[in-house]
Amino acid sequence: MSQTPFTASGTGPNYRPVGGHAVLVEFGATIDKRIHDRVVKLDAALKAAPFQGFVEAVPAYASILVCFDPLVADHRTTEAAIAERLGAEVPATIGAMREVEVCYDPDLAPDLAAVAEASGLSPEDVISAHLSGDYSVFLYGFAPGYAYLAGVPEAIQQPRKPAPIRGIAAGSVLIAGPQCLVSTLTMPTGWWIIGRSPTKILDAASDDRPFLFDVGDAVRFRRISRAEFDARCPE
Amino acid sequence: MSEAVLAIDFAGPHVAVQDGGRHGLMRYGVPASGPMDRTSFAAANAAVGNPAGQPAIEVSMGGLVLDCLSGEVTFAVAGGGFIVEHAGDKRGAWMVATLKAGERLAIRPGHWGSWTYLAFAGHIEAKSWLGSMSTHSLSGLGGGRLAAGQTLTLADPEVRDDRNGPITCPVIARPRSELRVVVGPQDRFFSKETLSNFLSSPFRLSDAYDRMGVRLQGPSLAPSVALDMPSEAIVRGSVQVAGDGVATILLADHQTTGGYPKIATVVDSDLDAFVQLRPRDHVGFLAVTPQQAVEHIRLRAATMSHYLAAVRDGPCNAII
Repeated sequence: MSQTPFTASGTGPNYRPVGGHAVLVEFGATIDKRIHDRVVKLDAALKAAPFQGFVEAVPAYASILVCFDPLVADHRTTEAAIAERLGAEVPATIGAMREVEVCYDPDLAPDLAAVAEASGLSPEDVISAHLSGDYSVFLYGFAPGYAYLAGVPEAIQQPRKPAPIRGIAAGSVLIAGPQCLVSTLTMPTGWWIIGRSPTKILDAASDDRPFLFDVGDAVRFRRISRAEFDARCPE
Repeated sequence: MSEAVLAIDFAGPHVAVQDGGRHGLMRYGVPASGPMDRTSFAAANAAVGNPAGQPAIEVSMGGLVLDCLSGEVTFAVAGGGFIVEHAGDKRGAWMVATLKAGERLAIRPGHWGSWTYLAFAGHIEAKSWLGSMSTHSLSGLGGGRLAAGQTLTLADPEVRDDRNGPITCPVIARPRSELRVVVGPQDRFFSKETLSNFLSSPFRLSDAYDRMGVRLQGPSLAPSVALDMPSEAIVRGSVQVAGDGVATILLADHQTTGGYPKIATVVDSDLDAFVQLRPRDHVGFLAVTPQQAVEHIRLRAATMSHYLAAVRDGPCNAII
């Protein structure tokens, strides 16, 4: 079966039915900021003007899943509603800048030395490179609050480890390839642990904003000292 | 305020609090969770006169044994062919009775079914997470798993003896081994032959079955093109195929995104009956059009609301 070619802008997306209650809207087949921007724009347009029967949208790298209530809508009405919103003006609030604090002390960054060695850099150079990255939130996945940030500078990119390591603490700052992630649960990971953050990406105690990022937000890391880290994370 | 206190004597794995689910947070990596079999869960709540979605206990094939330490409360057990032992009586699930201080309630697997639901005419006191008491199995967050030695408190327990007796078990709550699917969204990653194998071959549920999903055994469904797709959203019911050609049906606690192609999506209205199958049971797939899937969901919703109204009226009145 042949696949409709995509372009980063211009031609319309592909609509693919998902079961009896969703449509997958594909803007491309690669990880590309311009394609992702179209995902973010449609997401914002759906939020600003939800159609009748709209349930939720799940943005990803190159696609967005749009779930509808099958008692009210169907695939055809959903596709038509999406098509109407494709060219919509996007509210100015999308793409906010979020700051994440990170402490790179060796005991909180068990893989910093290994990443430095593999990159032919000093640990301080790795830290500077990590801090200099232009990050944006591409999608959430894997586990609650796991936000995938693209933008790790090429100089420190490493493929993921051959096998995951168990029991990695929540708040770990992880990198693999061009991606960076701040974990929210104690979980296994095959990514490289280069720091620890006291910034909560998922704060279930917050009623108005339990998740720090929206997909499409820009993210900046700010280095903090061990003393600051300990003050933010008593115990 | 009155209460009833229950002591958990034994709880198998995956015995946990579930409510109507944690909806609308998939974009943040949070699946809806909630009961594996929403039909039976709804029946249990309706049978004791509870509003839809009230927190109840999901019991796996591991079973549950508890003692009522104080108070009294009417309860319902619905889902699968589980065995309920209570106050010297041994009955099948799909029943309502009243549990009193000093009595023991034991729920064990019977001839069929993988999940059953214990609903109380009272409010389970448990933790809420992100607006729901449903337990997310990966993290244990939400109302949480039950464990031996723990006590469970019910606030405002009610005795509704008029509801005691059997609950009509509807046909739609029986296990289903032919699943309607809408092909795609990544069917293009598979050869025509593989797609045809998928739709014509019997598969079996493997032992790798939990709240996140169930791995199937059957012909290899290896994708024909190299796996090169950026991660995208997954739904409950997605049939995901890993690089080794093994298919997994994603269930209540599924990951919200993933990079494996989905050959098909099970129509949501067939999933409750599907999860009542057990490891080694057979399952097959029947392709329907997206519009047929929508029609089926609508038909099921109408049947379900008719059934639940009748059960709420009187648990054994429902004819279906």
